[in-house]
Amino acid sequence: MDVLALSRLQFAVTAMFHFLFVPLTLGLGWLTAWFETRYVRTGDAQYLSMTRFWGKLFLINFALGVVTGLTMEFQFGMNWAEYSKYVGDIFGAPLAIEATVAFFLESTFIGVWVFGWDRMSKRAHAGAMWIVAFATNMSALWILLANGWMQRPVGYVLRNGRAEMVDFMALLTNPYGWLEFFHTVFAGWVIAGFFVMGVSAWHLLRKNQEELFKKSFGTGAVFALASALLLAVVGDLSGVNAARNQPAKFAAMESVWETQRAAPYTLLSLPRLNGEGNYFEALKVPYALSLMAFRDPQAEVKGLNDFLPADRPPVLPVFLSFKAMVALGGLFILLSAAGVWLWRKDLLQRYPLFLKLMVLAIPLPYIAIQLGWIVTEIGRQPWVVYGLMRTAEGVSKSVTPAQVWLSLGGFTLFYTALGVVDVWLLAKYARKGMEA
Amino acid sequence: MDYAKIWFVFWAVLWTGYFALDGFDLGVGFSGWLAADSDEERRGVFASIGPFWDGNEVWLVTAGGATFAAFPPVYAGLFSWLYPALLLILFSLIARGVALEFRGKVQSSSWRSFWERTAAVASFSAALLFGVAFGNLFRGLEIGPDAYYGTFLGLLNPYALLTGLLFCAFFFFHGQLWLAFKAPPGAAARAARLASRGWYVLAGLLLLFIGASWLATGLSGNFLVRPSLLLLPLLLVVSLAAAKVLLARGLPGKAFLASFSSIVFFSLTGFAGLYPDLLASRIDPAFSLTVYNSASSPYTLKLMAWVVLIFLPVVIGYQAWVYRLFRAPLTEGELKKSGMY
Repeated sequence: MDVLALSRLQFAVTAMFHFLFVPLTLGLGWLTAWFETRYVRTGDAQYLSMTRFWGKLFLINFALGVVTGLTMEFQFGMNWAEYSKYVGDIFGAPLAIEATVAFFLESTFIGVWVFGWDRMSKRAHAGAMWIVAFATNMSALWILLANGWMQRPVGYVLRNGRAEMVDFMALLTNPYGWLEFFHTVFAGWVIAGFFVMGVSAWHLLRKNQEELFKKSFGTGAVFALASALLLAVVGDLSGVNAARNQPAKFAAMESVWETQRAAPYTLLSLPRLNGEGNYFEALKVPYALSLMAFRDPQAEVKGLNDFLPADRPPVLPVFLSFKAMVALGGLFILLSAAGVWLWRKDLLQRYPLFLKLMVLAIPLPYIAIQLGWIVTEIGRQPWVVYGLMRTAEGVSKSVTPAQVWLSLGGFTLFYTALGVVDVWLLAKYARKGMEA
Repeated sequence: MDYAKIWFVFWAVLWTGYFALDGFDLGVGFSGWLAADSDEERRGVFASIGPFWDGNEVWLVTAGGATFAAFPPVYAGLFSWLYPALLLILFSLIARGVALEFRGKVQSSSWRSFWERTAAVASFSAALLFGVAFGNLFRGLEIGPDAYYGTFLGLLNPYALLTGLLFCAFFFFHGQLWLAFKAPPGAAARAARLASRGWYVLAGLLLLFIGASWLATGLSGNFLVRPSLLLLPLLLVVSLAAAKVLLARGLPGKAFLASFSSIVFFSLTGFAGLYPDLLASRIDPAFSLTVYNSASSPYTLKLMAWVVLIFLPVVIGYQAWVYRLFRAPLTEGELKKSGMY
């Protein structure tokens, strides 16, 4: 493999690993802050136990999110030096702003929350967790405005041999970035809701601290259901957005090859491995694709044949990931709705099978969010900045294949070890249950 | 107004903030065990940096991000040319971070001692490598016309290794002084003695560094042209002397502040010597990356200058508040509650 392929693989490995930990943080921070505020308001010690239990899991998870984020900050320069030089003028800004306004905040106040129980009022202590939760989500906003710019570059001119920022407001109001932001944080909140439901279900099945875990389950279920419904709305808007701004990505998501007006939605199809057409297409719903993508049954949907093969993303992984993600998204609505209903009727313990299902469902939203990023990032190929710079043009020139082999191997081994330890710790503390 | 010049100052300030703040975390990480004699004292040593190190590390992230935004070719060059070195720094910082987080999570002495050793090795290698990296920045890199001719082994030249050792000595002194007023009494007394002895090593290495910089680098040029800049190394020397005197008088807290200021003025001296280069070329100054040829557009620099001018004081404000909040050492009860026992 050459430096390009290795660097892409390394970026995928390190970003996807980073993203095993970040999304839970996005949602569990809010839930922990909520539990603590309930404790402050009601003085009910049950909420204190819940705060400390979920807060501890938050921290174990948070630790890996932070340290693997360091890699993300460095690796543009290490492996993508040409990219960094070409777009740093505009792309570097949101990253630097993220560090200054958000990352400082969360990293400083997490220390206050962890160690400050006896040094401030209860209200102020709960406030520290609200600040952490707010700051982690704010981090996501700036990172995704940066990624949104790669998807739909705005607010720049090509000058002095590089992309120079001329309109910060355009970057700040880029709808692509905002859609990615809401899509990502809602997905993170779904992960947190399912995590809380799954861990609570595990304890309910064992009749541990049933009062506490029923309350936790309910909060997780309501949070997950609300987030999953919002996610469906944002998901739909994201599809429209892709159709409008990245037609090649959209065509790959649906594996549409021929450009046509009044395009039907194909319920069953499979792209060929060689990247030319589909093996079969069946069960077509007339007009549905045009309607979904452009809110107009007669609209024209671009097919992949309209793009040179060199300008098409790899169709199969984008298509399969997209379909699986959407299916999982639907499943999350059903499962969390069932969870809310059973919780409200106080029937959770009567359905052990459902509780078992919820334990097994913990990994599903993680899988869905990774699939979503496969759609977003592989779907953008062959571009690193859509329509502006090809991925192959962005890779570092001075780096050798041997160096990247070593770093890729190092990251893989090191991250695997860290992941195993962290998941083991999470499981250990999750099983332990709450302190009375 | 020339925003590129202002940004050189911000760039220097962010790196300086990182070294002065995370410097003591790294020092405690690699040398705290020397001051601690028992499990309990080791716990106190790690607890002393517990509430702070994460926030301190963000100064590095911000320095990296700011380099990306304000001097993209420098960000690209520094990180891709020094690829293996940066990779090792990354691994070290990752290992240091998880070691501090995981250490108290399992109640077993072999678990704790594994992560304490990891923290020590990782903190030392991070400190050494930052020194080696900045030694090479001061010395200049083999930068040609749009290409880099250096090698990884070439980075390990005597001058860079000397700078690496100097960083370690600074952080050792800084970390031991921190422990001298933050650690449990027994460890604090030992730390004060270690700091006192370490000072001589630090002073010796600093003299060697100044001599070597004079002979082997172009750092002295700016000071000869603008003698007023000599105030920076002068304040470095005064701070370092003050740290020793204050420590001898039994005022480790004030000695720590003096050591803080010595790292600040050491770092600013280095950056003042570098200016206007960010990455100097040893091959030909024409290939150097400078504030003139590698800054972002005035629009970006101006925008980012406002971001820094508004938000960095806010950051400094709440970080200072956190240092005040935790000025008294954490109690056993607090440590148990934190899950970092």
